[in-house]
Amino acid sequence: MSLLTSLTLAEARAGLRGRQFSAGELARAYIAAMDEARPLNAFITETPERALDMAAKSDERLREGAARPLDGIPIAVKDLFCTKGVLTTAASHILDGFRPPYESTVTEKLWEAGGVMLGKTNLDEFAMGSSNTTSHYGPALNPWRKRGDNRPLVPGGSSGGSAAAVAAHAALAATGTDTGGSIRQPASFCGIVGLKPTYGRCSRWGVVAYASSLDHPGPLARTVEDAAIMLGAMAGHDPKDSTSAALPVPDFAAALTGDIRGVRIGVPREYRADGMPAEIEALWQEGVKWLRDAGAEPVEISLPMTKYALPAYYIIAPAEASSNLARYDGVRFGLRVPGDTLDEMYERTRAAGFGPEVRRRVLVGTYVLSAGYYDAYYLKAQRVRALIARDFAAAFEAVDCLLTPTAPSAAFAIGEKMENPVAMYLNDLFTVPANLAGLPALSIPAGLSADGLPLGLQVIGRAFDEATMLRVGEVIERAADFHYRPSFVAGEG
Amino acid sequence: MALDREAVARIAALARIRLDAAELEPLAAELSHILGWMEQLAEVDTSDVVPMSSVAGAGLPMREDAVTDGDCQGAILGNAPRAAPGGPTRGFFAVPKVIE
Repeated sequence: MSLLTSLTLAEARAGLRGRQFSAGELARAYIAAMDEARPLNAFITETPERALDMAAKSDERLREGAARPLDGIPIAVKDLFCTKGVLTTAASHILDGFRPPYESTVTEKLWEAGGVMLGKTNLDEFAMGSSNTTSHYGPALNPWRKRGDNRPLVPGGSSGGSAAAVAAHAALAATGTDTGGSIRQPASFCGIVGLKPTYGRCSRWGVVAYASSLDHPGPLARTVEDAAIMLGAMAGHDPKDSTSAALPVPDFAAALTGDIRGVRIGVPREYRADGMPAEIEALWQEGVKWLRDAGAEPVEISLPMTKYALPAYYIIAPAEASSNLARYDGVRFGLRVPGDTLDEMYERTRAAGFGPEVRRRVLVGTYVLSAGYYDAYYLKAQRVRALIARDFAAAFEAVDCLLTPTAPSAAFAIGEKMENPVAMYLNDLFTVPANLAGLPALSIPAGLSADGLPLGLQVIGRAFDEATMLRVGEVIERAADFHYRPSFVAGEG
Repeated sequence: MALDREAVARIAALARIRLDAAELEPLAAELSHILGWMEQLAEVDTSDVVPMSSVAGAGLPMREDAVTDGDCQGAILGNAPRAAPGGPTRGFFAVPKVIE
């Protein structure tokens, strides 16, 4: 018999409903897998008791024939989502000991749908990073290794723990957040599916804020269908988030018909980045061919503002972060370092509590918002953002989806790209534009690099048209037939 | 825009982050590098463009002006590193003395 932890979410759900195994058995299999995967440091907090308790309730409902959409499905939660009574750290020292008295809307919806909580996953501190190396709890590791090279690799970031856990079969699916690529880039690095929905589709309420106009909660999963099922459970209008969209949630899984005949696929020529590895360019061309073979119509398009997306992002995101992170003052929660005066206490607490990358972004944000520089940096970046959104709007007059690579490289070793912060920021080259424009985007594992590491392709959709994006993504998934396994998979020895 | 030590110290004071004197120089170089990279935005003509602060639809939703939450003092104070002497029941966050 195959391992319970090798099933996809859709298969596990069918197995649970068909009473082939119980939610309790599935939860115990994942608790064992989590334990075995501990060297990956994918989890900051494990909640096995809660998992067993939730699984028991799922089993009751399954027995009574009253199963909910995710009953019995073991899910890992990025440790940026507040979970009532369970330590929530944002991977920062400054949130030491914080146990939220409330539950985020997205996780509440997952538990309402019958999901089983496995634990809280590692991330870059306050989701600021592309490698999961800025975590106060140490880096999470990628379960993949290069062929013939045993050095540990980054899982990507910031949702690195979530991606590593799903790829290593230590969770069936996970939540992530994506501010500049933090779901899609780690999904690409770990060979799984990552979905950033449209801005407003999933509530931000109860998610520790990084950059509010760019933060998008979304799922990481093993297949496009699994991601579609997860999104269906996470999405929906929430009056507690004023930017949440009051729109009905379609049946995303039902959109996966495999029929993309006549769908127009934009291929933006500006995404041919200087120095992009030839194998990524080749994979991209292969992706275009797969879609053409399936009856879609590839169209070369232009997004002229692409090269300005990254610098605009790295002004806007730190500006919003410096404002959002002003709340960490040692007064109401988390770490406090004493001082003789109130200001001294604030300054000492924040110096001790924030790591170098968070400190860097808070300082950049403070600077670009300060008197005399606000117009030149912050307003300028917001104007460029408007032009980037305009580029996409023009493109979507002519096409239904865009196809691009997800990231300009495969996973790199821990310690690489640390020479200067800008080198690390370049990871987000292809993912940041969709955040600035609020568009849905999906990363699908599509091939392997020459040294045996997964590479993802990205489909960007129209606002609130995740359905078409997912349909196209599933066609890529079938054509790519990505059946490769990481070096480490829990339960496989 | 190249930042010097004094500029970094000023920004850090605004951000309420204490820096050691030895940290100022390296941070000045690092932040100058980042800001220099951002200056490529100057190439873009944005003279007639309205700044975009969010992609969310126009305006904030309205709701009835009614209390929707509250009566949870214990939950709010429960995470405080220090509440007033006598414990959270007194209903205060404790901070260093701010009155001269």
